[in-house]
Amino acid sequence: MIPIEWYLGLSAALFCIGVFAVLSRRNAIGILMGIELMLNAGNINLVALARYMHPHVLTGQVFAVFVMTVAAAEAAVGLAIIISVYRNIEHINVDKLNIMKW
Amino acid sequence: MPEITLQQVAFFAVAAVVLGSAIMVVTLRNIFHCLLFLALSFLGVAGVYLLLSADFLAAAQVLIYIGAIIVLMMFALMMTHRVMSADVSQTLNQWWLAPFPIAAGVFVILFRVYVRHGGQAHVHKVTEIIPTTGIIGKALLTKYLLPFELASIILLVAMVGAIVLAKEDRPDDSD
Repeated sequence: MIPIEWYLGLSAALFCIGVFAVLSRRNAIGILMGIELMLNAGNINLVALARYMHPHVLTGQVFAVFVMTVAAAEAAVGLAIIISVYRNIEHINVDKLNIMKW
Repeated sequence: MPEITLQQVAFFAVAAVVLGSAIMVVTLRNIFHCLLFLALSFLGVAGVYLLLSADFLAAAQVLIYIGAIIVLMMFALMMTHRVMSADVSQTLNQWWLAPFPIAAGVFVILFRVYVRHGGQAHVHKVTEIIPTTGIIGKALLTKYLLPFELASIILLVAMVGAIVLAKEDRPDDSD
């Protein structure tokens, strides 16, 4: 039997690696990768708590399915925005993306 | 010294794959290698789902994340890779040290909350393996029907939005 704290600790570590990726990357696609890591950490939490607290109801797994749906939609729209930015200003470096600043 | 079961050994192996490849994702310079390690990390998360006896979610993880999102990111990378190749600096110019304390602080807060309150949670001793696909399907079509339909609308809107955003608008060939 694996203690539930191990799953929660794994999820916390994965979430923080995702936060680090979002804060430190200059490439916009790297930032999207960090967001996907954070969503996965949240999913691990949902599934672990569903398994250990209500093992026959599985509400957590249903919500993990919804999180996956939203992650797929977010990746599609985010990558479309990145491609559109690349087409218009020829780079995807978030250090220099300041055309919406006044 | 408590004895270590086979399940716990499997957990450590899977957690090492997940965290190790996630660290490679945030540290490597070549963004293409980062993407491959991200796929490995997603595969490890599917292993975590299997350890939690979530068979449907493990399959969906492989299909959606590795089969769809990684491939989508790979296409976007190949279209934009020459502007952000490995010889350019991959991290922020100013403030490149700031992410370390922020990420560490988030980790400390989450870990304290989990360890303190996770131990008090009412935890069942579950050992049996339940097939989850039928339960998830029934829940999606009865209790969670409205969120299920909303999710399909979100997918439709995202699909149309992605096509509109990424479409090249050339005024000359719109005869």
